[in-house]
Amino acid sequence: MSIVRLSQVGKVYSNGTVALDDVSLDVRAGEFLSLVGPSGCGKSTVLRLIAGLGELSRGRIDWPAGAADRRLGFVFQEPTLMSWATVSANVVLPLRLQGVPRADAAPRVEAALRRVGLESFARAYPRELSGGMKMRVSIARALITEPSLLLMDEPFAALDEITRFKLNNDLLGLWQEQRWTVIFVTHSVYESVYLSNRIVVMAARPGRMIADLAIDAPYPRDEAFRSSSLYNGFCREVSRALQHAMAAS
Amino acid sequence: MSLPTPPLLSSGAELPLAAAPRTDPLQFVMPIAIGLVFLGAWEAAVRLADVPPYILPGPWRILQTLISDRESLFDALLVTLEVTVSAFVLAALGGGALAILFTRSRWIELSLFPYAVILQVTPIVAIAPLIIIWVKDTYLALLICAWIVAFFPVLSNTTLGLSSTDHNLLNLFELYGASRRQTLWYLRVPSALPYYLAGLRIAGGLALIGAVVAEFVAGTGGTNTGLAYLILEAGYRLQIPRMFAALLLISGTGILIFLVLSLLSHVILRKWHESAVRREN
Repeated sequence: MSIVRLSQVGKVYSNGTVALDDVSLDVRAGEFLSLVGPSGCGKSTVLRLIAGLGELSRGRIDWPAGAADRRLGFVFQEPTLMSWATVSANVVLPLRLQGVPRADAAPRVEAALRRVGLESFARAYPRELSGGMKMRVSIARALITEPSLLLMDEPFAALDEITRFKLNNDLLGLWQEQRWTVIFVTHSVYESVYLSNRIVVMAARPGRMIADLAIDAPYPRDEAFRSSSLYNGFCREVSRALQHAMAAS
Repeated sequence: MSLPTPPLLSSGAELPLAAAPRTDPLQFVMPIAIGLVFLGAWEAAVRLADVPPYILPGPWRILQTLISDRESLFDALLVTLEVTVSAFVLAALGGGALAILFTRSRWIELSLFPYAVILQVTPIVAIAPLIIIWVKDTYLALLICAWIVAFFPVLSNTTLGLSSTDHNLLNLFELYGASRRQTLWYLRVPSALPYYLAGLRIAGGLALIGAVVAEFVAGTGGTNTGLAYLILEAGYRLQIPRMFAALLLISGTGILIFLVLSLLSHVILRKWHESAVRREN
């Protein structure tokens, strides 16, 4: 069953840049889908349009299960935290905006922080946290609404490799527990293969889809998978598609 | 080379919270020492050269005057202080409210901002006589003058602060369906707070300057008893030590206003804003 369907979506910015041209994508429920492509290929734009930020220039986006009860979580490239608010106040924000009473929200905040391993930092301010911890707060905030679709825009791009591997594993663990749908934007072939069961490769100028690959490897995935020949094979396949995308643009 | 340690801490570990800023005693000792040396030299110069007090009184004479004339001086101080504080409070509320109104409507901002600039760039000394002629009540006239000077920094700083909200956070608020009111109070206002507080610090000093300037202009009418009027009067009577005493009170008030507002800013921002947090390398 598809959760969101893009049909011939086009996006032209006011300065005339064609960000997206004729993108059709059917995202199935429970999928971990990665969008990979060179910079400027419009992968972030796809994410933002799905999130309802910005208008489509052409085409349409459908929510087969009904747009009314779509619950989205969004994780930006930067942690995007309110520096004047504590970790728990940042995490509770989506509920507060929905008018959920404080007493009902408190246990959910606690649970979300426990899920990302930050329960002892509830009262800390963002500036007291490391980059990886800030990203975890951002993920906890996205998870607190119990989203059916989690949109992630290069969330770990600014982190060091050790932190990134750790967060990759944590994210996979959470995804297997909750089975929401994830659309994950990244420019890293290795990260996308490790995480996803489907990868869409995009090319730039104009932004368009050029390959749709299934990553048929069983979950749970761990460090053994990262060094397996199966993993390497998929990485080669995606790299080839990406090179094709670079040549095409 | 040391191995990189993963910055992710497991639960249970606590990061050191920002330590209370340790103050270096030299920070206070040095300015006070220099002040004392200066005062000593001043007193010695006045005594040795036998300068008459109606030309330049020594610090000791000024202190004596401050004590002997304390009643009239402090009455005048209260008058000036009342105008300053009322003008400051009105500027703080009015500047903040108008800045918020500007973010609600681009049209209001475009129509009103030029006039705020005109008020700001016209020297208050030049408008004060007009205001004093038009407004019968002297207290009200002084208040208006001081407010005009104090109001603009609050308005312009807060306007800048309200419009420099992080775009990603604005997107986030839109994504979660925040109303305009929620976006204003949960996002724009807190992120403009450091700008607002910086505006207040400027406005505090300017409110005092505005009040004193207006008193100078109005004071010749003889209806007012603020510190500036006292200085004018003492000048006519060649009571120079009294002039210095009043001047001392004005400067002291200015310093006190600055300290109080800096403290307020520090207390509000110390937990989260870079300006109030000690840098540790």
